[in-house]
Amino acid sequence: MTSAASTETIVRARRRVNGIAPIIGLGLVGLLVVWLAVNFEKAPALFVKALLIGITNGSVYALVALGYTLVYGILELINFAHGDVFMLGGMMSATLMLSVFHIGSGESALSLWPALLASLAISMVFCGILNASIEKVAYRPLRRAPRVAPLITAIAMSFILQNVAIAWKGPNYISLPINILPHGVVFSIGRNTYTWDALIVVLLTAPVLVALVWLVQYTKQGKAMRATAQDREAAAMMGIDVNRTISFTFLIAGGLAGAAGLIYSVYFTSIRFDQGFQLGLFAFTAAVLGGIGNLPGAVLGALFIGLTQSFNNTLGWHAPGSDWTQSIVFSILILILVFRPEGILGERTPEGG
Amino acid sequence: MGSELWRRIFALPGAARWAVLARVGVTEDAWKAWPVMYRRAVVAVLVGLVALVVLAPFSGIDLAAVYTWIVFAVLFVPPWERIPRVGKFIPALGMLAVVVAYPYYADKLYTLPILGAFPDVHTGVVMLIYAMMALGLNVVVGYAGLLDLGYVAFYAIGAYSAAWFASQQFAGQNPDGSAKHSFHFLAIGIDPTLGGIHLTPWLLLVVGGVFAALIGMLIGLPTLRLRGDYLAIVTLGFGEILPQVARNGDSLFGQNITNGPQGIVPLDTLGFGNTLHRVLGLPANYQIAPNGDSLYFWTAIVLVLITLFCSLRLRASRLGRAWVAIREDETAASAMGIPLMRTKTLAYAIGAFFGGVAGAYFAIFTSSANPDSFQLNFSVFVLVMVILGGMGNVWGVLVGAAFLAYLDQAGLANTGAWLSDHLGLNLDVPKYEFGIYGVMLLVMMLFRPHGLIPEARRKMEFEHGVHDEPLYDEMGDDAHVAGASH
Repeated sequence: MTSAASTETIVRARRRVNGIAPIIGLGLVGLLVVWLAVNFEKAPALFVKALLIGITNGSVYALVALGYTLVYGILELINFAHGDVFMLGGMMSATLMLSVFHIGSGESALSLWPALLASLAISMVFCGILNASIEKVAYRPLRRAPRVAPLITAIAMSFILQNVAIAWKGPNYISLPINILPHGVVFSIGRNTYTWDALIVVLLTAPVLVALVWLVQYTKQGKAMRATAQDREAAAMMGIDVNRTISFTFLIAGGLAGAAGLIYSVYFTSIRFDQGFQLGLFAFTAAVLGGIGNLPGAVLGALFIGLTQSFNNTLGWHAPGSDWTQSIVFSILILILVFRPEGILGERTPEGG
Repeated sequence: MGSELWRRIFALPGAARWAVLARVGVTEDAWKAWPVMYRRAVVAVLVGLVALVVLAPFSGIDLAAVYTWIVFAVLFVPPWERIPRVGKFIPALGMLAVVVAYPYYADKLYTLPILGAFPDVHTGVVMLIYAMMALGLNVVVGYAGLLDLGYVAFYAIGAYSAAWFASQQFAGQNPDGSAKHSFHFLAIGIDPTLGGIHLTPWLLLVVGGVFAALIGMLIGLPTLRLRGDYLAIVTLGFGEILPQVARNGDSLFGQNITNGPQGIVPLDTLGFGNTLHRVLGLPANYQIAPNGDSLYFWTAIVLVLITLFCSLRLRASRLGRAWVAIREDETAASAMGIPLMRTKTLAYAIGAFFGGVAGAYFAIFTSSANPDSFQLNFSVFVLVMVILGGMGNVWGVLVGAAFLAYLDQAGLANTGAWLSDHLGLNLDVPKYEFGIYGVMLLVMMLFRPHGLIPEARRKMEFEHGVHDEPLYDEMGDDAHVAGASH
């Protein structure tokens, strides 16, 4: 918060904690638990299946949500274009896998893994640079403008990227072979099998997350990021190159989106120009849910959203079904913003209240 | 800095103009010393010459172009404002007369280069409805400075409330196949035995607006205390939820509320009924009338004028000044005794009202309410209208809305056709519609954030910056942490 000092002296109207809100919240959580329990009791196999799908979805959301959280933490800007950067990363990696590495269905591990890792690296670099350039073109010149200005350019960038994708790949789904990842059984619970493709998603996601935490926590650059997020002016006075740090943050966020893009395209095997925005909004919800600006919170929120989606789509007893997924996720977003803007993990962030 | 350079390049035309003119012997001071009428006459002649150069190679100069120029010159050149009292209204009324008469000469106009023919009357109606919506959004975004990305929700509410009360949606069915419920109130041209609710669509325009305003308040009350970007995302969320509800609403708790993806068709038509037709000569039924589109066009003009009048009066009112104060500095506004929540909620509700009326009118005009027309894209589309024209300035918003609506309805397709005819480019321009709007938004925000026809005050805010930190801001400076520092 750069100009927080100026507001400090002014009396703040602190939001009173609404007495009834926690009760409603607890009631909703209680209903949710009962609903899950009944569903588990009625069809345990289906429940476990939904759980596994949810965790896999959630890890893709986590990568995108982390990008939102990083950028929001440092600039307090909702980077609407982030989801579309992710989508372009997905298209990039789909192209790489198909046309450059010629990966078809059922490849051996020896030819699959190098291609997968190379695509991951290229897609991450591509999206990182793309995201950093977006910051430079669309957000940096507006740093002193009224708040709505960078939000509007973010929307604008989002539409531009979607149209770049249309120009590049056309308005239809581009698909990869369904068996591009092996579908062999890793382990099974009852009649449910956990297959290799889902495991690969987790195997690719986990190291990226660990690397990110290490970067933010233990490197000098990470320290600069945290300092810039806390107080941009003070950080500049301490000799931190604020612009470079912000660019770096966008680079990292874009890299995460690139990784998510690859994982999404090989796991779900189809991607379309408008899917990025949608998934981006879900990921943003996840970031808000976990407490925006908070890295573990984003992962937690993403898992929650992933599970919400898969439970809602899969479970049989009184589930609204996939027609309503969007409404449910956005209702969660609105409820969280209204009743607990600091997110589940409960940190007091400036966005609160 | 790169953007500074760009700003300078953009500032150049004015300076360059004077540099060139000074060489011919016209300095800025000498020009300003001239009587105003001479100056305007020179400008009018120059405009005519430019039009000649632009139009002649494409469509030739026909009589219509000459008439257009004459009308322009008559409205622009004489110093009408010198006439006491009525003088300042004359150019505006002249413009209004030109617009009102549009259906009579629309098909006789010339073809513009690149953009193609002038819009037909049907397109004109759509342009006016979009203009009305843009004026409504302007209250929220332009006056109060609240970014609303879900404005389409109000449009949808207006459309559906018109559809519910002017169609056979709630007819129900008796075992013998006849309609179970039937309620009629001043409906025009409807068989009195027809099932469903049929109120007069005139009333529904108001009902649509009031519904939208009520929902706007419901949405606004809990969310308007959030800061700007959170408000944007919450409104975006509502804008995504409502169309989904409309799409899935064919089996909501076992009831068919919205008729699902097919939407509700057909709707009743506007009209004044046979009695008023006989007594006052007003059109009895728009749908049957041979000049139906023109009737819808004139009605839309009346609606836009009402919206325009309300916008202008609101802007000058105590409430309007409170909006601007909040936009510029929430803390100071609150310290001056402006009730933040009430003022913001009112902005939201009034903006929603106009969106609802526009939605209801659009639904009646197209005789359908369909969930596919209520996408996020549309909210952004209306936002581009407001920003292109100039946030806060109703005239700018009007021009921006008319221009973009024209692009959307016909202009982009014409441009594509022109490109393939003249340059051999086979480009599907309408496919990139929203990319083009994205570029427009980006360029506007970077280089001319106050819009093409800016409001003076808004322009100043963008140039000198504002203090728009939110008041409801619960934080200690140390609490804001990015990264896993815990």
